Amino acid sequence: MGRTSIIIRREYLSRVKKKTFIIMTILGPILFGALMIVPIWLAQIKDTQDKTIAILDDSFLFVDQFEDSEYLKYEYLESMDVDAALELMKQNDYYAVLYIPNNIISTGHSSAMMYSYKQPGLAVQMEMLNHMEKYITDAKLQIKGEELGVEKEALRNVIKAVETNVDIKTRIINDDGEQKSTSTEIAMIIGYLAGFLIYMFVFMYGSQVMRGVIEEKSNRIVEIIVSSVQPFKLMMGKIIGIALVGLTQFVLWIILTFGIVTAAQFILLDDIKGFQQSPQMEQLVSSNAQIGNNPIQDEFSGKIEEALNALSSINFPLLIGAFLFYFLFGYLLYAGMFAAVGAAVDNEADTQQFMLPISLPLVLGLIVMFSVINSPESSLAWWFSIIPFTSPIVMMVRIPFGVPVIDLVLSFSVLILSFIFMVWLSGKIYRIGILMYGKKVSYKELWKWIRYKN
Amino acid sequence: MIMDYILRAENVMKDYSGHKALDNVSLSVPKGSIYGLLGPNGAGKTSFIRILNQITAPDGGSIELLGEPLNKKHIRNIGYLPEERGLYKKMKVGEQAMYLTQLKGLSRVDAAKRLKYWFEKFGIESWWNKKVEELSKGMAQKVQFITTVLHEPELLIFDEPFSGFDPINANLLKNEILELRNKGATVIFSTHNMSSVEEICDDIALINNSKIVVEGNIDTIRKRYAPDIYEIIFDGEFTNPDLAMTSDYEILETTPMNGETSIRLKRLNSNFSANELIKFLLPKGELKSFRQIIPSMNTVFISLVEENDKPINNQNHG
Repeated sequence: MGRTSIIIRREYLSRVKKKTFIIMTILGPILFGALMIVPIWLAQIKDTQDKTIAILDDSFLFVDQFEDSEYLKYEYLESMDVDAALELMKQNDYYAVLYIPNNIISTGHSSAMMYSYKQPGLAVQMEMLNHMEKYITDAKLQIKGEELGVEKEALRNVIKAVETNVDIKTRIINDDGEQKSTSTEIAMIIGYLAGFLIYMFVFMYGSQVMRGVIEEKSNRIVEIIVSSVQPFKLMMGKIIGIALVGLTQFVLWIILTFGIVTAAQFILLDDIKGFQQSPQMEQLVSSNAQIGNNPIQDEFSGKIEEALNALSSINFPLLIGAFLFYFLFGYLLYAGMFAAVGAAVDNEADTQQFMLPISLPLVLGLIVMFSVINSPESSLAWWFSIIPFTSPIVMMVRIPFGVPVIDLVLSFSVLILSFIFMVWLSGKIYRIGILMYGKKVSYKELWKWIRYKN
Repeated sequence: MIMDYILRAENVMKDYSGHKALDNVSLSVPKGSIYGLLGPNGAGKTSFIRILNQITAPDGGSIELLGEPLNKKHIRNIGYLPEERGLYKKMKVGEQAMYLTQLKGLSRVDAAKRLKYWFEKFGIESWWNKKVEELSKGMAQKVQFITTVLHEPELLIFDEPFSGFDPINANLLKNEILELRNKGATVIFSTHNMSSVEEICDDIALINNSKIVVEGNIDTIRKRYAPDIYEIIFDGEFTNPDLAMTSDYEILETTPMNGETSIRLKRLNSNFSANELIKFLLPKGELKSFRQIIPSMNTVFISLVEENDKPINNQNHG
């Protein structure tokens, strides 16, 4: 054990001290943080460029109905044909010409046409749509009301009264009859994140094992080392050392990401903070209800409350425990194979032919994951969460939806046993491969190595 | 004669799925000797050395080191410089030397102390914090040599030590090997380069096609394979008819030079001793020199390998 720990130490320290590790460890959370914060931040930035939009209204419904906003100005054109309007756009430097046909009100689905030199932004389109929908609805209400002999406002109230919005909330009942609110969406998100992280970890650090083996082989230091340490110990030392590097990086990422996101929220986005702390959130919900003019945000706050409830219904100790288990053993299962591939080749360019048996099950796991998210109870989900090559990814998706203990135990045991078997098998290839130079190795050759006695 | 052997291998077998790498290899290495493991490329030298280093295990036979069956504890007693040798390019020289020495079982303190001694001896203290990739090949070889001998092993194994060494380092290496031997270490080195063998080896084993062809003291072997050729120098001009032909020997060549004549004879009848030959020659003229031609190791090597290869038609060369 003494020698293995010397190897683990070197493998760990030589990687952790590398500049790329330090840079990646710092950059990773900044990237993650940016991924979360930047879209929110960007959404708050409004287009501040002044734009003039010419309106050519054949229906004459919208005359002077578009109110200028801070940056958007409207100009109404005399009746003319579209070509003439476009000519004007060129002369007067309009941002766009909005052409409203005269049948806009008679059809159920109405469309107007906007001409511009550049694809107009969504914000501009949304603003005009809001204007138009509001006035068309209004105009229709007016016409229908007159037809039916009812006040426009009364009609509006009737419509409001029959408007329906359905959503299904889920509650899980456990054996004791206890109920818990849950959320399929939250379960999906957590499962997806966990599965994807494991996939990434296996690939990233597995290929580090492979590169490490190739490095030792091409440096020609490997024979010096295996004269002091059994090849299997060298392989395991490397695998464990790199696993520790991965865990270190992962933990640092979580801490730093959390830190950065929290800090950024306080500094940049004071107003978002409310959504994440429930007393303030409730206040927000009620204040929104009073204002009553922002149904989207109202709904959003409700969703967050639901999500928080659903989050509390998830068995986090199990989730985190299972995540760490699959994170580690999924990596260990594949790391042996990566090491064997590294040992079989002389340089990285030759690894291609042996990568298929490694990347195929991993990618398959990822593909199956998407299907399992939709139907976590299917037999596909069951099988792929037991088969060790895909179970680390697929089972993590099932866990937030609830998995019988027997399935977990089965999946864990199969994974551990396969890990032991794969490491043993890889060790046999590794042992021969590291001392084999200048030979193009085939699968047949690998099979021969496995059968060598010692 | 009772010899003290550091290593005894008996009937060692190694099979790589159908290909015999070692076939009944038996040899004994006397303690304190420099032992040459000779043979063409692919003969099985490296296979045998890897078994000694316990990188692979033999399929049959037994190996005794320091009077005990070979086991994991022996890693400490062996220093091995493989033919394929290198260092981590990105690692610092000192760190790397420490690492390799610790793997041999030395504590950090011991490793540091001994490294300091050797780095001073070679005058390379300033390399300690350099990365290996900054070193020249010759510099890296010095570091490799130090890490091989640092734990003061009883048995040193060098596989093709002179390949890739520049002449200055090769000479340094040779002197260090001799010095280590004088301090009591036993050295095994494998090579196909014969000129290095005669200079420093005491004993040799010649391996060809996975088998030991000959083993023992180098002088004994050379004499044994001496092809019964003698060189005689007479004063004055000599022509062949002056030596009456007998069926006991034949004249291979006569070379007059500077008033002397050198004659090469091959003895045909082994009962006809060298003394009798001299007696026969004395009356013929003024005898200035008489010596048996002892073949160089290179000649022995080539003739043995060729002889050995004949029956199997060179096909099992692996």
